[in-house]
Amino acid sequence: MAKNEIKYLTAIKTDKPRKKYCRFKKYGIRYIDYKDVEFLKKFVNDQGKILPRRLTGTSLKYQRKLSDAVKKARQMALLPYVTDLLK
Amino acid sequence: MNNYEMMVIFTPVLSDDEFKAAQKRYTDLLAANGGEVVNSNPWGLKSLAYPIEKKTTGIYWVIEYKAPSDFNAKLNIQLHRDEQVLRHMYTALDKYAVEYNDRKKKGIPTGNQKAEA
Repeated sequence: MAKNEIKYLTAIKTDKPRKKYCRFKKYGIRYIDYKDVEFLKKFVNDQGKILPRRLTGTSLKYQRKLSDAVKKARQMALLPYVTDLLK
Repeated sequence: MNNYEMMVIFTPVLSDDEFKAAQKRYTDLLAANGGEVVNSNPWGLKSLAYPIEKKTTGIYWVIEYKAPSDFNAKLNIQLHRDEQVLRHMYTALDKYAVEYNDRKKKGIPTGNQKAEA
């Protein structure tokens, strides 16, 4: 019974989950504009739902501003409430 | 005198000069009440993300203005009375928003481009 466990000389390089950072703090963005749809689309998944902080890594203060901006954009029909394949 | 920004969606059936007349009507109302226009930016015909009142396109108009705090109530009445207006929204602007808007107007790159990655 051959030992089926394969031994590698060097350990398999598993990419360490890269450190998530708050993009607004890093680039010093103070105001999230609800009219800038291209920018908001980065924080919305392809069904039009707002991405959670654990995925985008944004801090709480800017996540609230972000959700306000997305909801305003939805109100003014710049972003759909629900869709598929938004991107 | 606070800073506000208003976005209005007009019905797409509006012709160009009716659109200008509507803009003028609201800017005159603003001037009459002691406000002043900082920046008027008509986007023109744009398709809506979802149909409003069975219409899939609308004429967008964004205006940034300074006004006394009681002006918005009068503005609200006029906007609700106007049938050409599909939807409107006015928001107060804090100092970062005002700075962002005039950076965008002058073409100075705002932070968003850097965060595009």
